[in-house]
Amino acid sequence: MADAAPRRVSLLATSGLTRRYAGLVAVDGVDLTVPEGGVHALIGPNGAGKTTLFNLVSGLVAPSSGNIRFAGADITRLAADRRARLGMARTFQNIRVFGAMTLLENALTGLHPRLTSSLVGIVARLPAFRREERHAVARAREALALVGLASRAEERAAALSYGDQRRLEIARAMAGAPRLLLLDEPAAGMNPAETVALSALIRTIVGTGTTVLLVEHDMHFVMNLSDSVTVLNFGRRIFSGPPAEARADPGVIEAYLGTKVAARLAGR
Amino acid sequence: MEAWLDDLFWTYQNLVVSLGINGLLALSMYVVLAAGQLSLGQAAFMGLGAYSSVLMTLAWGWPFWLVLPASCVAPVAFALAVGGPTLRLSGVYLAIATIGMGEVLRAIYLNVDALGGALGLSGIPEQASPLLIYAVLAAALAVLWLVGRSGLGRAMEAMREDATAAEATGVDVRRMRLGVLVASAVLAGLAGALSAHATDFIGPNDYGFEPAVTILSFALLGGVGSPFGPVLGASVLTLLPEVFRDFANLRLVFNGIVIVLAVLFLPRGLLAWRMPRRAA
Repeated sequence: MADAAPRRVSLLATSGLTRRYAGLVAVDGVDLTVPEGGVHALIGPNGAGKTTLFNLVSGLVAPSSGNIRFAGADITRLAADRRARLGMARTFQNIRVFGAMTLLENALTGLHPRLTSSLVGIVARLPAFRREERHAVARAREALALVGLASRAEERAAALSYGDQRRLEIARAMAGAPRLLLLDEPAAGMNPAETVALSALIRTIVGTGTTVLLVEHDMHFVMNLSDSVTVLNFGRRIFSGPPAEARADPGVIEAYLGTKVAARLAGR
Repeated sequence: MEAWLDDLFWTYQNLVVSLGINGLLALSMYVVLAAGQLSLGQAAFMGLGAYSSVLMTLAWGWPFWLVLPASCVAPVAFALAVGGPTLRLSGVYLAIATIGMGEVLRAIYLNVDALGGALGLSGIPEQASPLLIYAVLAAALAVLWLVGRSGLGRAMEAMREDATAAEATGVDVRRMRLGVLVASAVLAGLAGALSAHATDFIGPNDYGFEPAVTILSFALLGGVGSPFGPVLGASVLTLLPEVFRDFANLRLVFNGIVIVLAVLFLPRGLLAWRMPRRAA
């Protein structure tokens, strides 16, 4: 095991990561490596185990075996909130913004791990608490500005359109300036114009120094945006490398199109 | 004029006391509901606060200024002890488990002679003045207001809306759940000690299933958008039986109807206003 470890520490590395459910291996011995910086995509047919892998990485699902390293530390047994504190943030496939809260309060919640004021400081309204809160509000506004929702900071999140809720979820995740941002199908349900805007937003996010790992079905979107691609099929990793090679890989074509089509393409 | 005011006060002193105590109990319910936990242990916490404080006063002869803060010890210890196993539960399972614990405690009060058994404990000096009760209520409201506007308040509301998303955002959901349970125990314990020292008698049936549901109805009627909602709900449900005094034995029926109507027509309570969640 030790001899296989890369010299340069990757930001995220899973090894032999497995999650079994009764009668189903959703994620089967996956080795996933995400270097620091850039956009990395996790693709695969429906039911390939992409979302389960995301849930394993973010700590919402416990692995059956294998381990996860993040920024050099073993986080396999850490709860989701501890992982968030280490600089991991995520969005959800089915949007999960806090609907009754305002946009600003949603973004502020993303800063929760950075707030250190004690109960005494809060109740006594100590200067340190007020400074921290002012700072947090400024950071939350920046996060809303990043996704283009700054002007609607005081509106309730539930009142936003679907696409805007997705953007708000990204703002909440980005408020804490995470090292790794996990986006679960960020372009789902978006029209072509919104998808283009989302690509630009993700590039901006990468420009701030945050590494992005995303699950996506829109191949055009993935191929244009990603620096590397990992392909899952039936819970197993079948490819890992640059997007251009993924498109030409026979195993990947087979997974997406079935063996017959793959054979016909290969025969041509 | 002053004599007239005095008269009115003495006539309604019980009601004045009940309004304050029920306000505190409503806040005890509020802190758990505001964090999305349907924990119904408030009457049990209140009973622990009441019985332990009465023992301190009657058996140990402690002064009341010491008894009042010390009355939180037993409820908080109980909250910490049951918190671990029960907080893995949620929704109706947590509600049932906490009701069960209340019944266990009631059985203990009934069967331990030192606690007076079914007769309860009487001859408690009336040391809790209405002024003190309202001062504690005002302090509790102020603390919950300030905490509600801070990151802790945001974390609580986030948990209530979506505990999974809150956890992924960095909220330590387990610790917060234990924290709100302890806060609930403190508030109910204080309410128990204050009410015991305002009425001279306590009995095991003051802290059973029926008061647990009544306390829940305070918060349901008032709404949990801010700490003021449950206090308003408690006031309404405390005053109405007085207004309809002739139907006093229908109080529980009335409370049940209020809960049903509130859930159907006022899902956000009488006071639907939602407090802001930022302090700057």
